[in-house]
Amino acid sequence: MGFLDQFWQLTVDGLMVGSLYAVIALGYTLVYGVLQLINFAHSEVFMLGSFGGLFTARALLPGDGSVPGGLASVGLVALGLGAGAVCGGLAAFTLERVAYRPLRRRSAPRLAYLISAIGASLFAVNLAGKEFGRQNVDLPDLFHNGTAFRLFGAAVSTQSLVIFAVAVAMLVSLDRLVAGTRLGQGIRAVAQDADTAVLMGVNVEQIIIVTFVVGGLLAGAGGFLYAMTFNASYSMGFVPGVKAFTAAVLGGIGNVRGAMLGGLLLGLVESYGGYLFQASYKDVIAFLVLVAILMIRPSGLLGERLGRAA
Amino acid sequence: MRTLFSPARLRTLGATILLGLLAAVVTGPTGNSDEPLRAAWDSIAGVRIVPFLGLAVALWLVLTLGPQLRGPAAALAEPVRRPVGVAYGRRGGPVVVNLALLAIAVVAPLVVSTAAQQSMVNDIGIYALLALGLNVVVGYAGLLDLGYIAFFAIGAYTTAYFSSQSAMPWHAPFTLNPFFVFPVAVLLAALAGVVLGAPTLRLRGDYLAIVTLGFGEIIHLVANNADGITGGARGAFGVPHLSIHLLGIDYAWGIDPLPYYYLLLVIVVGVMIAFGRLERSRIGRAWAAIREDEIAAEATGVATLRMKLLAFAIGASVSGFAGVLFASKQFFNPQSFSLQASFFVVAVVIFGGMGSRLGVVVGAVVLQGLAFYLRDKVQPADRYIYFGAVIVVMMIFRPQGLVPSRRRRREIELSESGVGAADALGAAVPAGPRS
Repeated sequence: MGFLDQFWQLTVDGLMVGSLYAVIALGYTLVYGVLQLINFAHSEVFMLGSFGGLFTARALLPGDGSVPGGLASVGLVALGLGAGAVCGGLAAFTLERVAYRPLRRRSAPRLAYLISAIGASLFAVNLAGKEFGRQNVDLPDLFHNGTAFRLFGAAVSTQSLVIFAVAVAMLVSLDRLVAGTRLGQGIRAVAQDADTAVLMGVNVEQIIIVTFVVGGLLAGAGGFLYAMTFNASYSMGFVPGVKAFTAAVLGGIGNVRGAMLGGLLLGLVESYGGYLFQASYKDVIAFLVLVAILMIRPSGLLGERLGRAA
Repeated sequence: MRTLFSPARLRTLGATILLGLLAAVVTGPTGNSDEPLRAAWDSIAGVRIVPFLGLAVALWLVLTLGPQLRGPAAALAEPVRRPVGVAYGRRGGPVVVNLALLAIAVVAPLVVSTAAQQSMVNDIGIYALLALGLNVVVGYAGLLDLGYIAFFAIGAYTTAYFSSQSAMPWHAPFTLNPFFVFPVAVLLAALAGVVLGAPTLRLRGDYLAIVTLGFGEIIHLVANNADGITGGARGAFGVPHLSIHLLGIDYAWGIDPLPYYYLLLVIVVGVMIAFGRLERSRIGRAWAAIREDEIAAEATGVATLRMKLLAFAIGASVSGFAGVLFASKQFFNPQSFSLQASFFVVAVVIFGGMGSRLGVVVGAVVLQGLAFYLRDKVQPADRYIYFGAVIVVMMIFRPQGLVPSRRRRREIELSESGVGAADALGAAVPAGPRS
């Protein structure tokens, strides 16, 4: 079968994965916007959220291995998403509190933040490995996963549809949050100029915490969606983390809509590339995309800065 | 007594108790995904929590009564501190201290078990060398390289390629003594460093971190999966040991760790001396200028990009060099080149003290000593929990490291009060309100 026969199927798959990258990428971009800092431990927030959602959904499933349907499925997915988001938000809050705030208090050099984040990431990954075991953990089916409809001959499974719909809903509401609410105004003000924002009566400290938590909520819910298609494991954060970061850079780091565009594009590129070359080189493609953007257009497709673009 | 229980102090108590619970979970039993919270619950329920809570309260007492305790504690430490300080301050003092440390390093392996000797070579010696190399990148140039172990892998696989016909499926048509592989591996690693660094070093410093991270992972993946070239996950067997056949001298290093230890000791000391001279040279001063204020350095005529690239290449070549030693010492497999290993070298440099040569060697000794000590007590992978915690704690309380370089400490202090940068990563993070 040629590439053209598979084109639409690859597009569907790519968009599904890409929407997840976009959700995770928002966490990088938001934190970068307010702190000009890459939050290296964001992939661990994603991992912890994923476990939180997965364990909650599994605990609520009937023990006999039957697949629920109808409203029960909707409820389970919603609860899993909620639990994932709560765990992710908590993890992000703790991370900010423990690994970043003490450094910010004494305005440490930037290298210190990166290193502290790496330390926190090592700690979280291996603690999760110890507590939850080091094997992949599967999430049982939460609904009957048939083909929902066909798009130009490509099968769109219920699962892909659910993931894509939830991800897009989160992206749109975040965009509204940043562009249209008082909180979003605060975030944009801090991103533009933290010192002036303080003078204008913005509580910068609070905005930074909220930004971390919002990024964590998204990553946690995204983690649950990720566990639905793939699985969860203690080391699951690294690869999607690097890809989401690539997506954020691709769209222009610090730019909310850029991160969304970057995520979807990267998902597509990866899906096509994985078919054209070899599936095992998928991860390499994302990395090459990253290096290529850094060389050709380091400010990303839509340009940097949260303040201006949203 | 009233002040002991003020709201702020009670909050501190809450934080230390949380820390105590966390410590209990970290040291507690291993869980599995069937009962995700079981292990955590088992580690805090029951009698085993008591000592942790005791420690938490003790820590709280130290924190709240700290200012009052500082005086007596300093008085107690004085008899030890003064003579050392005086000896170090005297003319030639550092030389005496360094010679004493060297004497300890020479004698130490003779009094420990063979397993510990092995660890002193494979873990402490090799990692001291790696940390010295990474120190050039992180400590001198103020850049962050998270894929440092990739150059180590390049060195090791180059050795297998050139010095043995059987170690890897892919090999050179001739065989070289590992000694002749050193220059080749060093050049290749430096070249890889330049190829990787040239496009990324132009940009913000934190991009370098993520690109090197990706590079390290790719090298690891290729080493692990390219069965037809590297031998895959099985690793490379039968790389010959180092040997000298020169002017009638015939000597071969073998299974015994001691000769390797002394060879490594000579190399480490040599590298320390060489890098000390480098640090005080024109190049070293250029690095310091870039770290402290990149724009001012550029304006004064420092070729910042070239200097950063040079630091990156020197760091990479040391890693390649260490890779040759590692490969000729024993068999190796891609597990030695994982991401965690890269992080570990970063941990060693940070823990010991960025920019301090003695510091990073001490860092390697202490952290690898800790790893050796923990090796029977916890699972190997769990050790990284402790290393991660050590990194965060160091960054919060002692960012200059265990044995800081004087200049680096001063830079961090200055940077925290708003002068200069202390790294080459670009603009500072906006500070929160100071409390």
